[in-house]
Amino acid sequence: MGELKIALKVNDLDNVATIFANDITDGMEVEIRDKKGNKEDTKVIGDVPYGHKIAVKDITKGEQIIKYGEEIGIATADIKKGEYVHVHNLDSMRGRGDLVGKEAK
Amino acid sequence: MTTWNGYRRKDGSVGSRNFVAVIPAVTCANDVANAICREVQGTVTYMHHQGCCQLPPDLDRVTETLISLGKSPNVGAVLIVSLGCEGTDHQRMYEELKATGKPTEIIHIQELGGVSKAIREGTDIARRLVIEISSQQREPADVSEIVMAIKCGASDTTSGMASNCVIGYVADKLVDLGATVVFGETTEFLGGEHLLAKRAVNKEVADKIYEIVNAMENRAKSIGCDMRRGQPTPGNIAGGLSSIEEKSLGAIVKSGTRPIQGVLDYPDHITDQKGLWIKDTPGREPEILTGMAATGAQFMCFSTGRGAPQGFPSMPVIKICGNPNTYENMKEDMDLNAGLIITGEKTIEQVGEEAFEKLLRVLNGEMTKNEAIQYFSAIDIHCLGPVI
Repeated sequence: MGELKIALKVNDLDNVATIFANDITDGMEVEIRDKKGNKEDTKVIGDVPYGHKIAVKDITKGEQIIKYGEEIGIATADIKKGEYVHVHNLDSMRGRGDLVGKEAK
Repeated sequence: MTTWNGYRRKDGSVGSRNFVAVIPAVTCANDVANAICREVQGTVTYMHHQGCCQLPPDLDRVTETLISLGKSPNVGAVLIVSLGCEGTDHQRMYEELKATGKPTEIIHIQELGGVSKAIREGTDIARRLVIEISSQQREPADVSEIVMAIKCGASDTTSGMASNCVIGYVADKLVDLGATVVFGETTEFLGGEHLLAKRAVNKEVADKIYEIVNAMENRAKSIGCDMRRGQPTPGNIAGGLSSIEEKSLGAIVKSGTRPIQGVLDYPDHITDQKGLWIKDTPGREPEILTGMAATGAQFMCFSTGRGAPQGFPSMPVIKICGNPNTYENMKEDMDLNAGLIITGEKTIEQVGEEAFEKLLRVLNGEMTKNEAIQYFSAIDIHCLGPVI
C-alpha cells in the first residue's frame, strides 16, 4: 500500500484523521478512510509529515478537536477541511499551569 | 494448555531469570555495587540516585522499592551494598528480603574499611551466591502465574493505532487466562481517565484513578507553566501527537478492555492479585521500569513509535514497534514489527498472537534485544519530594 496516500479516521465522531504516508505536501490528494471502509478523497492544505493529522471537516476556532471519539484539545484558529492540524492550531487543555488563576478572570 | 518454564521461588512466584541482585542501599554505594557486578557473572545492579537527604516519606519509598526489587521472581539471591550512614533503612531491607527465603547478604562500606575492601568482600559473597543459585532448574509454570508489565515510550501516532493495540490484545488474552497485567504512566491518563474509571471494578477504584491523575496533574501545574515539551515530549510532537490528551488516549489502548481491579502504589510488590492493575507511575523510562520490576513482573511489553531502546537489568523488555519506518531504521533494537498493521499487511490479532508467542519464549529464557546488548543501566526510583 506504499503508493496509496491514506488518512485514517479512528472514530465516527472524529473531526481529524491521521495521515500514514510519507512526503505529503500542500495540494496533494489523500484518501480519508474510516473503520467501516468508507473512503473520501480530500485535498490537503499544508505540508503534513507522516503520522500527523488533517481536519476531515471545517472546524471553528474554540471548537473541540476530536480523535478516538474523545476531545484532544481546542482549535485556536478556524481550520478548513483538509488542513494540517497540530500544535500551531490545537491547544492542549490539560496540565496547563500557565492558565491557573486565569480562567476566573 | 499453555505452560512455560521458570524458576520457582519460596514465596510461590515464578521467575523468568535467575539473577543475583546487588542492590545499592543508597546512590553513594553504586560504584561498589557496579564493581562487584563487573567481576561476577549472573549478577545485576540498580544504579539509582536516591536514598539520602530526602524527606522521610521518600526515604521509606526508596527502602520499600529496593525491597520489592529484591523480591522480584527474577532475583534468586540478594546482596545489599550499604554505605553505612544513609537515610534508607538497610537493616529493614536485609530482614525483609531474608524472610522471603532467598539467600540474602549485606555489606557496609564504612564498616569494612572502605571501597576496595568492600568490593573484595562483596565480590566474594556475590560469587558464592551465584554458584549457590546457579544449579536451580526451570520448572513448568501455568500462564496464570505470569505477571506482565506494559508501557509505551517514545510514542508517535502509530503507537495508539498499532503497537498499543497489540499490547491491548495480549493484555486481554492474559487476563482471560487468569494472569496479572500491570500498567501505569499516570501522566498519560490525562484526558482519558474517564474511560479508565468506567472500567474500574467499583467506585472506590474509580475514585482512586481520578485521585492519582489529579495529584499528578496538580504537581505539574504547581510549577505554573504549560506542560508541553515535558509531556508530550518534542519527539512525541514531531511524531504527530499534538497534546497530552491525544497521547493519553493512544496510550491507554495498551491496557486492553478488561476491568481494572485496583491501583498499586509505586513501591508495591504484588503477591496473589490477578487481573488488570494500575501502578501509579510517571511515564519516564528510568522510573517506571524500576516501579514495574518492583511490582514483580517477569517481563515487560514495551510499545514504541519513535524507537525507545532501553531495557531493565532484571526484567526483560520486549520492544514492539508501531511505526514501519522506525522498525526498518532500528531493527536491531526492536523485537516485533507492529508497523505491518499500519501498512495493512497484518491485523492486530496476527501481530498480537506473534507477541504472545514471543513473550512465552522470553519467559522461557530467550533474550530480548536490549537484554542481549545490556542496554539497561539508566534506572532510577521515582520520589515525590525534594532532595534536601
